[in-house]
Amino acid sequence: MNAKRNDKIATGLLYTIAGIVILILVLLLGFIIIRGLPQLSWSFLTSPSKAFSSGGGIGIQLFNSLYLLILTMLISLPIALGASIYLNEYAKPGMITNAVRTMIEILSSLPSVVVGLFGFLLFVVQLNLSFSILSGALALTVFNLPLLTRSIEGSLKAISNDQRNGGLALGISKWETVTKIILPAAVPSIVSGVILSAGRVFGEAAALIYTAGQSAPALNFANWNPFNIDSPINPMRPAETLAVHIWKINSEGIMPDATAVSAGSAAVLIIVVLLFNLLARWLGRALYKCLTAA
Amino acid sequence: MDKIRESILTTSRASKLERRGKIISLTCLGGICLVVVAIFGFIAYRGLMTFTSDHVSIIKFLTGTEWNPSVSKNGAPLVGALPMIAGSFLITILATVLAIPFAIGTALMMTDITPKTGTRILQPVLELLVGIPSVVYGFIGLTVVVPAIRTVFGGSGFGILSGTFVLFVMVLPTITSMTVDSLSSVPKDYRSASLALGATRWQTIYKVVLRSATPGILTAIVFGMARAFGEALAVQMVVGNATLMPYSLVAPASTLTSVLTTGIGNTVMGTVQNDALWSLALILLLMSLAFNLAIHLIARRGAMKR
Repeated sequence: MNAKRNDKIATGLLYTIAGIVILILVLLLGFIIIRGLPQLSWSFLTSPSKAFSSGGGIGIQLFNSLYLLILTMLISLPIALGASIYLNEYAKPGMITNAVRTMIEILSSLPSVVVGLFGFLLFVVQLNLSFSILSGALALTVFNLPLLTRSIEGSLKAISNDQRNGGLALGISKWETVTKIILPAAVPSIVSGVILSAGRVFGEAAALIYTAGQSAPALNFANWNPFNIDSPINPMRPAETLAVHIWKINSEGIMPDATAVSAGSAAVLIIVVLLFNLLARWLGRALYKCLTAA
Repeated sequence: MDKIRESILTTSRASKLERRGKIISLTCLGGICLVVVAIFGFIAYRGLMTFTSDHVSIIKFLTGTEWNPSVSKNGAPLVGALPMIAGSFLITILATVLAIPFAIGTALMMTDITPKTGTRILQPVLELLVGIPSVVYGFIGLTVVVPAIRTVFGGSGFGILSGTFVLFVMVLPTITSMTVDSLSSVPKDYRSASLALGATRWQTIYKVVLRSATPGILTAIVFGMARAFGEALAVQMVVGNATLMPYSLVAPASTLTSVLTTGIGNTVMGTVQNDALWSLALILLLMSLAFNLAIHLIARRGAMKR
């Protein structure tokens, strides 16, 4: 009965492997939460960081991350929407469409550090935007576009062809069918996809080091004139994000409490990404219920 | 001109809108393609400077073992990229080899052993592992993996081995979820037929399921390798960043990405030191292209077998 014994051994082994994988995740999350949660306090989340003494917070970095995320989404969502509409509704199968799909695939598999370096060359040096939120947002757009395009294309593809035929049978044009019938039907899954990609953008650092910069100058939160250098919404100021902050203080920082600050920042990053994941699921379901007859 | 004639001869509002919409969406798509071309153009242009304006020979660049761009010997700067290339390949291969059994095992749990509970527990586990940002992996590597390796093997703890462990966790979810896709696309009849012949579950998995899913699993592995090869910050934080040939797994080494992240900011545009870094970026870009090509080739071979 060798085969039966082997079967038992193999099954046991597979259970062990799955157990180890689950254990790795539990240890990772447990480590971050146990080390990071005690650091979190209102003053840690709002006060500016200190480079040479302990007790600094992550207020500016947190704001920069969120602002950069919003700006990136504002730029990349319309482009990804347009591109995926063309790919799914207009493009005819053939050589050129295949080539375009391959290009998007290549773009999505490029290492993010290469995207960052490209952003550095084009936006920071050639277009003279210097290390700024705008350069960072444009680099993140390059990083985000292929993922978002593919996810929206998937959402559009999931809408049944009956809807398209119904629209065309009513005598309205293809464009109107897409914008008035297909897009509203696809909104729930598009929203889920957008929020999931937001989670990835929020944690990205390699593409930002040489585009949004590694410094977080003091901000005056009472000044909302976008042309002032200390205004929080000025897109031309350098902006270190939370993820870049963790990297920076661990690799070249001289902050005495670097480990504590990075544990706290890592906990914030993880919690935000988890929230994005939950939000994506919940909002997708809620919108689906709200927008359809179900 | 009467109204009917006019409405037939002029373009309607709807068809104007249609044309405009089509043009706008095509522009968006064209923009993305333009970005891809621009990335290759820009990086290739800067990366080739080392060979065109600084007169470094490509062979020497790829096989030289001494990286010290600010020093020149016999009129040519010392830019041997082999230590970084070797470091990148070593870390990528080790991490992937370590991840393969775990990925395939986890995937089998989700498709064949306990599909219901396995998927309910393991699917969120994989999604969470993908969601953790790479700097967090780097930070955990720095505070957990590096000290652990320091106590076990001595030395500083920084090196290829630390990088391998960090990357192992990072590529695991990528390889696993793609393996799940390829395992679940194996027709159910294959499994039933094998079981009906009297094979045990393990024999079915080993002799039928895994073999017919091989092209898909290979694609998953190459995808994982591509991710490992391009990962920058997590590796840079634990690898030690010494541009030496990796003679030991626990000695500080460096990868293409780690040298790029630390170097670009510390060199001046247009100098040899800077050009050499852009050449490393070009290698990174070409490797990413090569991984893509490999995935396409595997997919084509796999499709022909069917």
